[in-house]
Amino acid sequence: MTNQSITQKLANPTRFMGLSGQLLPWLAGASAAIIGYAMYLAFFVAPPDYQQGHTVKIMFIHVPSAWLAMMAYVLIAISSFGLLVFRHPLADVSAKAAAPIGAAFTLLALITGSLWGKPMWGTYWVWDARLTSVLLLFFLYLGLMALRSSIEDEALAAKLTAVLALVGVVLLPIIKFSVDWWNTLHQPSTGLTTTVHASIRIPLLVSALGFSLLFFTLHLKAMRNEILRRRVKALRMAEVDRAQGSHASAAAAE
Amino acid sequence: MSGFWVLVRRDLQLAVREGGAIGTALGFYLIVVALMPLGLGPDLNLLSRIAAGVLWIALLLAALLSLPRIFEADYEDGALEVMATADLPLELVAAAKSLAHWISTGIPLALMAPALGILLNLDIGSAPALIGTMVAGTPAISFLGAIGAALTLKARRGGLLLALLVLPLYVPTLIFGITAINAVALGSDGFWQSFAMLVALSMGATVLGPVAAAAAVRLQLQ
Repeated sequence: MTNQSITQKLANPTRFMGLSGQLLPWLAGASAAIIGYAMYLAFFVAPPDYQQGHTVKIMFIHVPSAWLAMMAYVLIAISSFGLLVFRHPLADVSAKAAAPIGAAFTLLALITGSLWGKPMWGTYWVWDARLTSVLLLFFLYLGLMALRSSIEDEALAAKLTAVLALVGVVLLPIIKFSVDWWNTLHQPSTGLTTTVHASIRIPLLVSALGFSLLFFTLHLKAMRNEILRRRVKALRMAEVDRAQGSHASAAAAE
Repeated sequence: MSGFWVLVRRDLQLAVREGGAIGTALGFYLIVVALMPLGLGPDLNLLSRIAAGVLWIALLLAALLSLPRIFEADYEDGALEVMATADLPLELVAAAKSLAHWISTGIPLALMAPALGILLNLDIGSAPALIGTMVAGTPAISFLGAIGAALTLKARRGGLLLALLVLPLYVPTLIFGITAINAVALGSDGFWQSFAMLVALSMGATVLGPVAAAAAVRLQLQ
């Protein structure tokens, strides 16, 4: 047992449930405290931007969401690889749990972005390269969830979704590149990436840390729920089998 | 390798003799393009400006309709299982079927595009560029589409799902295809740049598509 790696040890769902159950309250507490602190910094400490005024506060939610939108996809891709190559029993649980959370953060990034765009650009939506590629990322999340939900056999759905996730990983950089290229032909950069002063950068980093912890809390919780759901399903199937078995033996006795 | 070409020829013969497969895609292409002026107004200047985009998007939709044909019939009647047990690797089977789809759908659609371009007041001089970019770009549509067709074999509501899965993957082809045509039609430079990108995308797709599609098919035959 001692020469097992951590991922191998976690392959036992019971051990995973025990460990994650102990970890979860600490993770949840830490994310709440750090997000709270980040919001305090954002609203009471960080100065309003000289050009953007108080709308810059949206950034403290927008930027971490956008970062987590991408990180969740990377997590799904790693999990999918783990499922297809190593057949790790928890890899699919991880991929399945991460997809809706990633999609939610992607949507949050899009919505906060458009709310920020209204005062900045005068419109809720511009076909900026970044906005467009995040929108396409959102479509990929929708595709992953739709494919999984439309195949009845859960084990098959898991593997096919993993194939799609890996195809998406290969194509995402190409899509991003093509959208960047497309946009530069149409309009100059909107100048989103300017150097950021420390008075705004530090609250932003704290916020990013807090949101990342929030993501892991939600992900862990969703994984636990998925494992419990599968156990309930297995128990129900066993019960059906037993009922059918007793029914059949009763019929045979008559 | 001979098995590969036998399979390509078989799929092409099926596409021709089944009847309706190619004609439906062409008819759909014509109707979608014809609807655009009805929706946007008959202003010829506007139409010639958006012609490249309309032609490419309508082509994507027309090709999308025929994607399920790549694997569906052979999966349902069991021919795909026979192919999977044959000597030819399943990756090459998927490649042969994607290639047949490209020849039977991508090329006819590309050849029809200049005629539809006239409806949209596209400069007639850009017809060779139009056919060239579409012939160079449509392999990506067939080979990436095969992934979606393979993934949705056992899915409920497969057709709608296929569109959701595959259309985001077509974005790079769409972008470079439109910029290449616009470079010629509207007289800006950068045609060869976009054209080279289209060829690169199609070549990449011919590698990625069969590998992923074969993996998806293999999972469903078990």
